[in-house]
Amino acid sequence: MSFRALAAPVAAVIMSIAVTTAADAADKTLKVGFVGVTSGPAAAWGTSNVRSMQTLAAIWNEKGGVKIGDDTYKIDIVTFDDQKDPKRSIAGMEKMAQEGIHYVVGPNVDDGAAAVRPVAEKAGIIYFPYAFPKTLYVKPASNAVLGMVANYQSAPAIYKYLKDKRGVNSIAFVAANESDPLSQRDGGVATAKALGLKILAATDTYQNDTQDFTPVLTPIVKLKPDLLVLSGVAPANAPLLIRSARELGFKGLISTETAQDAKVLQEGAGDLANGFISVGGASTPAIRSNAMDEFIARYTKMFGEYNDESNTKVYALEYIVDTLKADPKAINDIAEFKKEMDVFSAPNPFVKSGTLHYVGMTSFGQKRQIAVPLVVQEFENGNFKTLFVADVD
Amino acid sequence: MEQVIVNGLYLGAQYALIALGLTLIFALMNVLNFAHGQMYVIGGFLVYEIYGRMHWPFVVALFAAAATLAVIGGLLERFLFRTVIRRSLREESTMLLAAGVAYFLDAAILLLFGEKQHGVPKIVRGVFVSDNLIIPYDRVLVACLAILFIVAFVLMMQFTKPGRAMRAMAQDRVAAQLMGVPVEFYSLVGFALGAMLAGLVGGLLVTITGVNSGIGGPISIKAFTMVMIGGAGVVGGAILGGFILGMLESVGLSVLHSYGDITYLAIFVSLLIFLSIRPNGLMGKPWG
Repeated sequence: MSFRALAAPVAAVIMSIAVTTAADAADKTLKVGFVGVTSGPAAAWGTSNVRSMQTLAAIWNEKGGVKIGDDTYKIDIVTFDDQKDPKRSIAGMEKMAQEGIHYVVGPNVDDGAAAVRPVAEKAGIIYFPYAFPKTLYVKPASNAVLGMVANYQSAPAIYKYLKDKRGVNSIAFVAANESDPLSQRDGGVATAKALGLKILAATDTYQNDTQDFTPVLTPIVKLKPDLLVLSGVAPANAPLLIRSARELGFKGLISTETAQDAKVLQEGAGDLANGFISVGGASTPAIRSNAMDEFIARYTKMFGEYNDESNTKVYALEYIVDTLKADPKAINDIAEFKKEMDVFSAPNPFVKSGTLHYVGMTSFGQKRQIAVPLVVQEFENGNFKTLFVADVD
Repeated sequence: MEQVIVNGLYLGAQYALIALGLTLIFALMNVLNFAHGQMYVIGGFLVYEIYGRMHWPFVVALFAAAATLAVIGGLLERFLFRTVIRRSLREESTMLLAAGVAYFLDAAILLLFGEKQHGVPKIVRGVFVSDNLIIPYDRVLVACLAILFIVAFVLMMQFTKPGRAMRAMAQDRVAAQLMGVPVEFYSLVGFALGAMLAGLVGGLLVTITGVNSGIGGPISIKAFTMVMIGGAGVVGGAILGGFILGMLESVGLSVLHSYGDITYLAIFVSLLIFLSIRPNGLMGKPWG
C-alpha cells in the first residue's frame, strides 16, 4: 500500500483523536451528590435541596460550566431519596462512592447523617448534612460540614428576642418521637432554662405520622404557655399542629427552629398560622443580591413554585464549587478540601455584601459549618416577614 | 375529661370508617389489602385538586373521589386479584399482590401529586366553646358524616340484596355460590365498595388533616390495628375496633403525656397481650 493511500485514513484517525480530546476537555463533568429525603412528611426539606442544586447547576451549565483550575466542568447532580430511613441513607452514600463522587449534600436528618459517616470516611466523601448532633462535626470527625444554622445556635437568639420584645416568660415544648426533634427539644429546654424562662411542658411527644394533633395538644394548651415550641417539626406537621393549637383556643406565640414552607402553612392552617415564628431562608429580600433574584426566578420557572428554605439550601453547592475553585487539587483529594476550609474566603454571590467562609470554631472547635445568615421570620398572610438577621459564630 | 372523651369519639368515628373498607375486602375475598392507605391518600388528593384547587363544591369533590376509587378498586379486582386468586392456591399470593399494588400506588401518587403536604379550605368555620369543651364545627360535621356513612353502610349490608349476598359470601363463599350468588360479580362490587370507602374517608379528612404522599403506609397500619382489635372480616368488629383505638389514643395522650411518647407503646403492648388471649379479636370468628 502506497503512502498516499495510507495518508487519508491515518489523517482521519489523528483528526478524530484530536477532536475527541478537545471535546473531553470542554465537557468535563463534575458530579455532586445528594442523599436525603424527598418523599413523605419531611419531603420539603430534601426537595428544596435537590431543586436548589439543580437550579444552580442549570444556571452554571447554561453559561458553559464552571472553571476549576485549567478545566471547565459541567455540573451533574446525582440524587438519591433516602426516605428519611438511615438504612437507605447508607445505601445512598454507597451509591455515591461507587460513582466516584467526593462531595455530597445531605442527609437531612440526624440519624441519617450519623449512619452515613463510616461510609463517607472510608470512601473519601465530604458531606454537608442538615443535622445538628455535634459529634458529626467535632474531632475526630472531619468529613461532615453543617449546611445550615443549628437549633442550639438559633434557639438562644429566638427565645431571647421573644423574651425581650414580646414578653415571653413561660414556654412549652412538643416534639415528634424521633431523634432529630427530641435532640432539638432537649437543646431548646436547656436554652430556655439558661434564659430563665419557666418551662411548663418538656416531655410531650407525638408520632411523626400523626394526622390529628388535637389529643396531643389538649393537655399542653391547658397549661397556657406564653410560647409553644414545635421542636424539629416537619413541614407537613407544622400546619396541623398550629391549626389544632389555635382551634383549642391557644392564644400564645408558636415557634420552631426548623425551616418551613409558606405555601404548606397557608394551605394547611391559613390565617391561623399568622404569627408563627421560624428560621427562614438565608437571603431575605432586604439583603439579597441580583444573583439571588435570578436564582429564585429560575427555580420558580423550573419547578412552578419557590420554597423560601432554598435561600439557605442553595449555599452548599456554591460552597463546594467555590472551595474547589480555590484549590483545584481538592477535586479528587478531600484532604486538600479540608485544608482549604480553614483559610477559604470568597465573595458571597447571594447577598449584597458578605463573604463565603467556613465557621464552627465556637460550636465544634473546627471549621465544619458553612456561614449563612441566621434569619428569623414570622408568617403573615401567606408570606414570611423577617424579624431579625444574625450571625452564627 | 369531656374534651378527652369527645376527642376519642371523633377519632373513633373516622377510624371506624377507615377500617370498614379494609375489613369488607378481607371478609369477601380473604385479601389483606395493604394498599388501603394509598387509596385513602388518592381520595384525599382528588378532593384537594377538585375542591381545593379547582374550587368546585366540596360535595362534588367528595363524590368524584368516591366514584374514582370505586372504579380503581373494581379494576384492581377484575384484572389483578381475580386473576391471582384463580391461578394461585396460596393465600400469600394475594398478600404479595396487595403489597405490590401499595408500592405502585405510592410511587404513582408521588409522581402525580408531588411530595408536599396539601390542605384545603375549611368546609365549616367556627369553634364551639364551653367551659370544659372546645370543638371546631368542621370536626362535628366530619364526625356526623362519618357516622352517617357507617350507618348507611350497615343498613345496606343488612337490608339490600347485594348486602345479603356479600354477607353470605363472607360466611361461606362456596355455599353462597351453590345457592346461586354470582360470587365473582359481588367480589368486584365488594372490592369497589371497600376502595370507595377508603377514598371517601380520605376525601372527608383532607378538610381536617390535609394529605401528603407519604401517609398511605401509616394509615394502613392503623387500619390493620383496628381490624385486629375488632376481629378481621367482621363489620361490627371494625367499627368497635375504630372507636376503641380512638378512645385509647385520646385517653392515653391525655393521661400519659408527662411520661413521653408511651401511649402507642402501651397500646401495642396491650394489643399483644389481648391477641394472645383472643387471637380472633373481639368479634372475629376462628374460621375467618
